[in-house]
Amino acid sequence: MDKIKVLLIDDEIEFVETLAERLELRGYISKIAGDGESGISMLAKESFDVAILDLMMPGLSGLDTLRQIKDIDKTVPVIMLTGHGATKDGMEGMRLGAFDFLMKPLDINELLEKIKLALNPSAQG
Amino acid sequence: MFKKITDTLFFLNTEGQDHYRVLRRNIIVIMLLITMLPLVTMVVINSFQYRSHLRNQIIEPLYAMADKTKHSFELFLDQRLAIIRFISTTYNFKDLTSEQNIKKILISLKKECCGFVDIGLINGQGELISYAGPYSLLGKNYSEQISFQETQIKGQYISNVFLGFRKYPHIVIAVQHLTEDGQTWILRATIDTDFFNTLISSMGFSRQTDAFLISKDGTLQTNSLYYGKTLEKCPLELAKITSRSNAFEGIDNKNRKIIIASSTFSIADYILVIVQPQSVALKSWYALKTEMAIIFLTSLALIVFAILKMTSVLIKRIKTSDEHRENVLTELQHAQKLSSIGRLAAGVAHEINNPLAIINEKAGLMGDLIEFSKDFDKKAKFINLTNAILNSIDRCRKITHRLLGFSKRIDVKIEPIHINQIIHEVLDFIEKDILYRKIDIKLILSDSLIPIESDHGQIQQIFLNLLTNASAALEDFGQIEIETKNINNDSISVRISDNGCGIPEDIIENIFDPFFSTKKEKGTGLGLSISYGILKKLGGKISVDSKPGKGATFIVMLPQKPDELEVLNG
Repeated sequence: MDKIKVLLIDDEIEFVETLAERLELRGYISKIAGDGESGISMLAKESFDVAILDLMMPGLSGLDTLRQIKDIDKTVPVIMLTGHGATKDGMEGMRLGAFDFLMKPLDINELLEKIKLALNPSAQG
Repeated sequence: MFKKITDTLFFLNTEGQDHYRVLRRNIIVIMLLITMLPLVTMVVINSFQYRSHLRNQIIEPLYAMADKTKHSFELFLDQRLAIIRFISTTYNFKDLTSEQNIKKILISLKKECCGFVDIGLINGQGELISYAGPYSLLGKNYSEQISFQETQIKGQYISNVFLGFRKYPHIVIAVQHLTEDGQTWILRATIDTDFFNTLISSMGFSRQTDAFLISKDGTLQTNSLYYGKTLEKCPLELAKITSRSNAFEGIDNKNRKIIIASSTFSIADYILVIVQPQSVALKSWYALKTEMAIIFLTSLALIVFAILKMTSVLIKRIKTSDEHRENVLTELQHAQKLSSIGRLAAGVAHEINNPLAIINEKAGLMGDLIEFSKDFDKKAKFINLTNAILNSIDRCRKITHRLLGFSKRIDVKIEPIHINQIIHEVLDFIEKDILYRKIDIKLILSDSLIPIESDHGQIQQIFLNLLTNASAALEDFGQIEIETKNINNDSISVRISDNGCGIPEDIIENIFDPFFSTKKEKGTGLGLSISYGILKKLGGKISVDSKPGKGATFIVMLPQKPDELEVLNG
């Protein structure tokens, strides 16, 4: 089986680079985008198995980025990250077609579980 | 100046209850003055005006009456004088000396005019030389008597009433006749004074009105109702009566207030006096005065009652509104404080969350690297270390999430909420305390609880308040029971019971009042009042049931959807 390609979109570079490294250690291919726009352009150029998107970003917001990602490729599952205690944006993201959302700071195992589920929706539940 | 006065009157620098007492007193005094002053002034002016008006209405007619009566008397006396004068000119001295003639004259006089008792002829030396009448007076000498001397001087004479020789009250009228040959003689007649009394009674005075004649030296000439019989001395002050020939008010010898009208005779030394007691004359005035007094006193009582009542109500309202304002202010301040704390907490939580996420990933990566490398000396120790970091981060994450969650309760935000979930959230928050004190939490949460719309944050706060109170009331190892259920499918209820010390009966009524606290320094006394306020705003209700020593049960009811207006106005 090919390696799973993950796109990480987050303005917090320290966070996203470390997360990418951890995913690579676990055999994923991870690419980083520092803001919404570059994430969208990368997604337009190449295909990814799953996208992980931070909702709190300067410039193009997480939810707007999500909308545009869904315009380009409806099938790519998006897992949202939020620093908020509130679930409001997360709910809105779900309505827009995101697969799920997770709270920061992340539990890596939880993330891996979600990625697995996203790639194999039939295993859910 | 005016402002200074009102300030002094209404805003004295007194504190607390004293302030209301002073305010109450001042309002009462001012209102009494404002209402009573015109009333009293009006009553006094009215009373004086009416009295003087009435007095004129009574005194004037009384004086007119006195004058009229005097005229009747004068007319009568004048007639008698005219008759005697007529006889003296019609008959000559010689005719009159005849006993037969004079008897004839007396008979005609008695027949034609009433009152004549006798008639006699007196010569120039004062000797009675001819007489007709019931007594034997012939030969008596009158030269020493005033009647004789006065007649000699004035030509005619009307005497005061006197007993004379005959010991019977009568008056004498005498007319002097001067003959052509220079001789003088006097024709003298006696008149019965009974006639005076008849004349007075014929004037038609009221029964309590006294009318009588007095001589200028104060002797009663007729019987008086109040002051004695004929020829007795009249006790009234004569100087006053004779000095003014009109009517006035006075006090008699019996200290009775009277109205006196008098009229002085011109043809005799008589004064006609009419006396009316004021109690009779001013009868209508006294009746009016009583009525006025009754009306005045009744209005006085009504005014005082109304003022006292109104002032009490007013002061009570002011007090309530002051208290209300103070409470609102305090609650507002409290809310603002909470809001600031909330915002601060949210900011801190948010700012900390990002570095926390980085630390989390870095530590995670460290752990990963150690775990994936095969030859690492202290692999186990390092894995333990990174796990410890990750655990600490997890604790921090919980704290920031809680802070963010609780900071959102400040403004009302109606959204679909799950009560069971909120109860879990709140329990998470007080978990430490509960665990530490080994309090047993028993949850009876309904699975089929209807979803309701309300404010997540505010409801969180209410349950936090109630659960904190419940745990404060408990000893270690106590129990809290939380039950949720549907009511009529349009609202839900949450029951929170503890088996702690309970609420004393005497304070159970006050527990929802602001600032009521049993925690002394520890509590603000706002917890339950805020819960009460929030629930009211959200269309819910809170009730309490407690017995001292048997624990307390709070029941919160929430509607499926709050009334929008309530929320806006709340």
